[in-house]
Amino acid sequence: MNKVVANAEAAINDIQDGSVIMFGGFGLCGIPENCIKALVKKGTKNLTCISNNAGVDDFGIGLMLYQRQVKKMVSSYVGENAEFERQMLSGELEVELIPQGTLATRCMAAGYGMPAIYTPAGVGTEVADGKEVRNFNGKDYLLEYAFNADFAIIKAWKGDTDGNLIYHETARNFNPLMAMAGKVTIAEVEELVKPGELDPNYIHTPGIYIHRIFQGVNYEKRIENKTVRKRNV
Amino acid sequence: MPLTKEQIAQRIARELKDGYYVNLGIGIPTLVANYIPVGVNVVLQSENGLLGMGPFPFEGEEDPDLINAGKQTITTIPGSVFFDSAMSFGMIRAGKVNLTVLGAMEVSDEGDIANWKIPGKMVKGMGGAMDLVASAKNIIVAMMHTNPKGESKLLPKCSLPLTGVKCVKKVVSDLAVLDVTTDGFKLLERAPGVSVDEIRNKTIGRLIIDGEVPEIIFN
Repeated sequence: MNKVVANAEAAINDIQDGSVIMFGGFGLCGIPENCIKALVKKGTKNLTCISNNAGVDDFGIGLMLYQRQVKKMVSSYVGENAEFERQMLSGELEVELIPQGTLATRCMAAGYGMPAIYTPAGVGTEVADGKEVRNFNGKDYLLEYAFNADFAIIKAWKGDTDGNLIYHETARNFNPLMAMAGKVTIAEVEELVKPGELDPNYIHTPGIYIHRIFQGVNYEKRIENKTVRKRNV
Repeated sequence: MPLTKEQIAQRIARELKDGYYVNLGIGIPTLVANYIPVGVNVVLQSENGLLGMGPFPFEGEEDPDLINAGKQTITTIPGSVFFDSAMSFGMIRAGKVNLTVLGAMEVSDEGDIANWKIPGKMVKGMGGAMDLVASAKNIIVAMMHTNPKGESKLLPKCSLPLTGVKCVKKVVSDLAVLDVTTDGFKLLERAPGVSVDEIRNKTIGRLIIDGEVPEIIFN
């Protein structure tokens, strides 16, 4: 079994128009930069993207939005992307905004083989429209279904050729959840090593969930909101 | 004088208790971290996957892999821990986070909150706010008492799409500190030099004024 592919182009080569794809990352932190660029280059269209955010105008998923490759976004927060907001308000882009914890847990449910979960997030709001409400121990909860994604595209820090993965700092976010949730999961990593080089105690995602892996190149790791403090003189 | 944003944060910081795990939202709530009282140890939770959020980095030491929920560059401190988004909202849902501070566009006198959408105009999304308000035991809202047009943001009923129902426990605005009770907003403190009448005029929701209302004192 060989999971290693040469590069992002090879990893995403069979993704067809109309696919449902999960993208790991929070803001621009921990996003699969290489695969996004490859999808932009390939021009795959009518995509449904499940991702916490939609990138910014000129980076991340924003690049795909700019080329009108996205039919529908499923996200929790899209505030940093003017083109996204324009397409959404004009009705060109279908958008499903869902609570961030619900997004994470619907990924988790898919990865754990559970069809649905109950969460209190959104009870009494428009998020609850059309959803089953059930009361447990005096509190209302919404029934939310596990995602069903054709592909999950994620980014890890280190990986081995068996697909075992370790994430770095807050670049972990949705990546391990989506890794478990895709029918086909593609992992791009900053450093690809041989099996045995990663300590089994510190592996976050077992390779069983990973179908394709490659070492990415030229990570830009753009910072969305650089905030610093002054040194005391 | 109405409170500045810094003073709103300073006042909210007095609600922190030793040992609290606290989630601070974007905007004024983030400033609360600058005023944690001496001797009070709290652990800041950032819902993108961090407990033990440290201060902003020094110039040149920013790490793109290390951000908070507002996508600001941050640092860790001894004892910090990273985790995935499901665990992050798991600890929120399970009530492990003691206090949530967040901003709002509107709050109702029953504790409903609206802060994620203005239909047809602004749709940024709810992010983690709906999860936080649905599960946190103690929710404090930090906000301006009125909108830029001068209209009250403390209402009998929210006009904007809701983020959560009957969840806000306290409001600290630029004019006042108010508890949300079953009978409406109870005025606890007022900004220095701001009269009870002014607060009454700028609060459309039910307002309870019980005796003398002290001014907030800043050192």
